[in-house]
Amino acid sequence: MAGTAVRRRLTWQVATVAAVRDETATVRTIELRAADWAGHRAGQHLDVRLTAEDGYTAERSYSIASAPGEPVAITVQRLDDGEVSPYLTTELRAGDELEVRGPIGGYFVWDADDAASPLLLAAGGSGIVPLRSILRHRARSGTLVPARLLYSARSLPDVIYRSELDQYTNSVSVTYALTRQAPNGWTGHRGRVDATLLAGVAWRTGRDPIAYVCGPTSFVETVAAGLVSLGYPPQHVKTERFGGPGGP
Amino acid sequence: MDALDGNAIGGLLHEVFGTEMTAATATCASCGATGPVALFTVFLRAPGTVARCRVCSAVLMVIVRAKGMNCVDLRGLARLEAA
Repeated sequence: MAGTAVRRRLTWQVATVAAVRDETATVRTIELRAADWAGHRAGQHLDVRLTAEDGYTAERSYSIASAPGEPVAITVQRLDDGEVSPYLTTELRAGDELEVRGPIGGYFVWDADDAASPLLLAAGGSGIVPLRSILRHRARSGTLVPARLLYSARSLPDVIYRSELDQYTNSVSVTYALTRQAPNGWTGHRGRVDATLLAGVAWRTGRDPIAYVCGPTSFVETVAAGLVSLGYPPQHVKTERFGGPGGP
Repeated sequence: MDALDGNAIGGLLHEVFGTEMTAATATCASCGATGPVALFTVFLRAPGTVARCRVCSAVLMVIVRAKGMNCVDLRGLARLEAA
């Protein structure tokens, strides 16, 4: 609806790092204070711009990890050959400044106020980040919309936000798929998400569910195609692909 | 290089079009496929940013930033409508 869209210039601003928190060996959450932050919706992004002393700039887009109403935070996975993520995950300290612009995006977003459909969230690796924003938004809103999370990670130590996800207990059912390494006695799924696992986790289509799928391209293609073959209308399967090195 | 999708260029498109575009509806001039910009197949350093149709792989958009200016080629699109 063109008439109702809020037109807002997207401008770079300087944010201050309020806190950093290591989530796993290679993943860090960075909480920001941005004076001009317009507020965000669950699932949106922001862009980060780094400028070298010689003027060379590099921009990257990161999913926002926090819920609407919370201080804006991003969670960044270190890519060893990356230009930006090694700095963000190892050098950056509280009190440092960072150029950001956002919030960005209007497709891969979920608003608790409009929600009636059961939520199916599927994450591959750091694809959990925007889904964590959705889960926190859901919890804070008090909505009774039921939610399930399917999270594919290489191993348990690679699971981002694990202690937080564990706290959902009854209110969100969380299913892990461990693709590389599972602890002794692991009774959950081993290996990549397949059609059987997906069929077991996904809401039945009669309940008019909506799915948000985020992760490496191969993960997203597999899950999205699997959901469509289970009868999900393609427009009820929201996807976000971030490429990534190989996948979880 | 790995392909991303249209979500990854939400900031760039907002800069170019002045509004949120990932939920905009686009129609491919080659095959007629219609869907949200978020579903485009996107290559970030092709050089420049290249968006292709997820159905037929035709080039839909090319955006090259040079000397502080964005050069935008949309000839692959038959239609583009903000949400």
